[in-house]
Amino acid sequence: MITVNHYMLLSAILFSIGTFGVLTRKNAIVIFMCIEVMLNSVNLTFIAVSRHVGNMDGQIFVFFVMTVAAAEAAVGLALMIAFFRNSDSIDVDDFNMLKW
Amino acid sequence: MEAILFYLTATVAILSAFFVTKCRNPVNSALNLVTTFLCLAVFYVMLESPFMAAIQIMVYAGAIMVLIVFVIMLLNLGLTVKTRYSHGLATSGFLSALVLLITTYMVRAGEATGIGGDVTSEVISSYGHTELIGKAMFVDFLLPFEIASILLLVAIVGAVILSKREV
Repeated sequence: MITVNHYMLLSAILFSIGTFGVLTRKNAIVIFMCIEVMLNSVNLTFIAVSRHVGNMDGQIFVFFVMTVAAAEAAVGLALMIAFFRNSDSIDVDDFNMLKW
Repeated sequence: MEAILFYLTATVAILSAFFVTKCRNPVNSALNLVTTFLCLAVFYVMLESPFMAAIQIMVYAGAIMVLIVFVIMLLNLGLTVKTRYSHGLATSGFLSALVLLITTYMVRAGEATGIGGDVTSEVISSYGHTELIGKAMFVDFLLPFEIASILLLVAIVGAVILSKREV
């Protein structure tokens, strides 16, 4: 029998894999994809707990998380294109123009 | 049967999420990410939320991944040969293991309360999941829904302005 704890453990594992990717990779697009993995693991928790508790509000939250993720994808990828055009690189180590 | 499906899909989801972080070619990472999204859609179906599974596939595996793959191919990135120094790798592995331990502890420490809300399996099968979502969204959450549409409009305008060559 699969309980809500199984789903929460799975999403904890996915979240930590996403954290690991964000901390280890240098390519900004791969970091972005790892952030998507983290967002999706939180969505899985929302839906599992929403079904467990018997309330629809968590699934509405998932809808808004998806909206914010879509907006984030559009703006973030436009930023990356603008940065690549300026410096011919997409490594996060080169993102140092605001240092003084 | 349900347990076999769960563990099989969970294994695929965890492996593909791991390969998202490990592949040297960003396109391979993107394709592994699509596999993770599809596995999560399977979980949403198992949780009796077919509408969420549908928009997971359409919005995430469709729209967002097309955008990411498009940008990867537009920038023509090669393989990443540089990796972070090894003690950075060890530190980040330690940090993510810590995150996993804390979340696992929090999951196991207590029970989800308030069990027995009004949305049960019988209600979902009689009304339909999409109708329940629509009622909740357009009656209780109408103002956040409109704010989300303004957010999307701002994101569109921002993306257009940011990717122009000179403003």
